[in-house]
Amino acid sequence: MTTRLLLAVTCALFSLGVYGMLTRRNAIGLLLAVELILNAAALNFVLFSRLFAHIHAQVFALFIIALAACEAVVGLAIVLNLTRSARTVCADEVDLLRG
Amino acid sequence: MTDTPGSLLAAGLLATAVLVGGLWVVTLRNLFRAALSLGLVLLGVAGLFLVLEAEFLAFVQILVYVGAILTLIVFAIMLTARLQTETQAPASRGTLPAALVSGGLCGLLVTVTQRLTWPSGPAGEAVTTAALGQQFITRLVLPFEVISLVFVAAIVGAIAVAARQGRPSP
Repeated sequence: MTTRLLLAVTCALFSLGVYGMLTRRNAIGLLLAVELILNAAALNFVLFSRLFAHIHAQVFALFIIALAACEAVVGLAIVLNLTRSARTVCADEVDLLRG
Repeated sequence: MTDTPGSLLAAGLLATAVLVGGLWVVTLRNLFRAALSLGLVLLGVAGLFLVLEAEFLAFVQILVYVGAILTLIVFAIMLTARLQTETQAPASRGTLPAALVSGGLCGLLVTVTQRLTWPSGPAGEAVTTAALGQQFITRLVLPFEVISLVFVAAIVGAIAVAARQGRPSP
């Protein structure tokens, strides 16, 4: 019962993250949505780690948290650079690389 | 993660907090409040880790996510606050199609996963922190070192990107 509940929660959290990715215009808002998606994945890994008593699933969740930290650091550095060079935080208005 | 009423109740309460917080993260117009609700989501997920008997991950989640990443995000929001009030564009776009797509995705995922048969209870003992640490210094030592390398690369890259361009400091 708890398994099914938590599975539904991870699916809903992932979908909320996808919704945020699709609708947010602010680059920092996009990063927040990505954190939701990564958390949903980590929660799923931990759930199955407990369900099947498997240790490497927890290791995967730990690596997800570590990589999320790296992603947040690099993403926010890019956003800060963007505010200086393009004077905007809106992801739509940054089209320097458009062909 | 036994199916006792207590753990089910705890999981239900934490799941409600996580879902409500997640909804706030993606819908609130004020980005600072969205970041604070992300904190609610992260704490709820840490609580769910505790329900799933993964204590080490729960504390890593609080330490790394709530302690470091959330602080970083709040800093970035404050540093860019002036630009956010200036912009005239709406905070979101294409709300209805995005809601249809993500709602459909959620429905699909939930129906597929709920129709499968899952084991009624955990298969064995919970993973202990000692076993996790032992794995990291024996079998998983290479991934562990690689992730440290990724950390160094991320730090150097972030400094290189965010540092002010101009004359090199003496």
